[in-house]
Amino acid sequence: MSTDTTTEEATSGFNIQPMKQFEIHPLFGDGAIHWYTPTNAALWMGLAVFCAYLLLVVGSRGRAMVPSRSQSVAEMTYGFVRKMIEDITGKEGLKYFPHIMTAFLFILFANLLGLLPYSFSTTSQIAVTGVLAMTVFLTVTILGFVINGPGFIKLFWVSSAPLALRPVLFLIELISYFVRPVSHSIRLGGNLMAGHAVVKVFAGFAGALGIGAIIPITAIVAVYGLELLVAFIQAYVFTILTVVYLKDALHPAH
Amino acid sequence: MAVQDVALAVEASKPGMPQLDFSTYPNQIFWLVVSIVVLYFIVSKVALPRIGSVIEDRHNAIANDIEQASEFKRKAEEAEAAYNAALTEARAQAMHIAGVAKAEIKADVDAAIAKADAEIAAKSAESAVRIDEIRASALKSIEEVAGAVVNDIIAAIMPTTSDEKATKAAVAARLKG
Repeated sequence: MSTDTTTEEATSGFNIQPMKQFEIHPLFGDGAIHWYTPTNAALWMGLAVFCAYLLLVVGSRGRAMVPSRSQSVAEMTYGFVRKMIEDITGKEGLKYFPHIMTAFLFILFANLLGLLPYSFSTTSQIAVTGVLAMTVFLTVTILGFVINGPGFIKLFWVSSAPLALRPVLFLIELISYFVRPVSHSIRLGGNLMAGHAVVKVFAGFAGALGIGAIIPITAIVAVYGLELLVAFIQAYVFTILTVVYLKDALHPAH
Repeated sequence: MAVQDVALAVEASKPGMPQLDFSTYPNQIFWLVVSIVVLYFIVSKVALPRIGSVIEDRHNAIANDIEQASEFKRKAEEAEAAYNAALTEARAQAMHIAGVAKAEIKADVDAAIAKADAEIAAKSAESAVRIDEIRASALKSIEEVAGAVVNDIIAAIMPTTSDEKATKAAVAARLKG
């Protein structure tokens, strides 16, 4: 019996559970998770919204002609997203600036907050990224038909290709269009999940290696820096793809 | 060993990825929608209008300042041109005044010289007349004196033959000769 416990303790040193950090549990008590239960996911989503509020509203409360640091960052974020929309869709896309800004800020702050130790990374959940991507997909598709009517089909009808190829291309374009929400959501969720899992795995090694832990700890530092970059880049990629899809809805002709 | 088996069994019963645990989806989606709606209202009602107006104001202020600066520059250039024009005008006027003054002075000097010349000529003419008079009176006096002397000499030499008229004529003829 005593040998059993020692082997169990020995194995528990290597008992790495990189996926445990993605588990959802209620904030209070230990009961079942109903749709309304306040969970860690709810907490960290709320914190992401709160951080966006701090940056954009509290940070810019001075309304100064010469901006403070936080106001300057808020203005840069504003200019960054606005310019992205204007460059890709033109002036008519600016009507959707608040929607895209919302998506960008939510994903950015969720990604960044997910990097805090002991935090919960909401954007690593397929449920979250999937809903975001499906919202974008449905909105853009409906918008495309509302604005262009049946002409929206032109998006799939490559009029610059030879006539014989057009039906084939139509099929390919159609498939790629419907794959969009899948790639859109999995790109974000997968990137976040993989990075966090890698950090956790290295952390598990560090706990088991004793003095040799210096190697995995160095690796964690490096991966963490990379994850910081990924947090920004994935927020940017999600947003810019949203804008590109929006452009398709506004100007479907190739 | 039995404990370990149970633990493994529990482990296996859980899905490999918590992301694929569909029982948590309604919860996540509900809170996601709540968060996104709240954030959307913060962004669209407060943040973007505020930041947009601040950027707009700053843009306008900068444009105004640049416009004002170019206005001031234009005014400065105008002032410089006016100054230069005034300077050339003043110089021309000064030259003109100097010329006029010079001409006036020359005329005055000429007039004074002419007057002085005339006065000198008049004075010298007067003097010439007086010299003539003096000379005439001197000649007359010499004649008289000479006549008297001759008379006296004749009277002394030959007192009987004194003819005053003859001697006078003789003296005058001599003096003229």
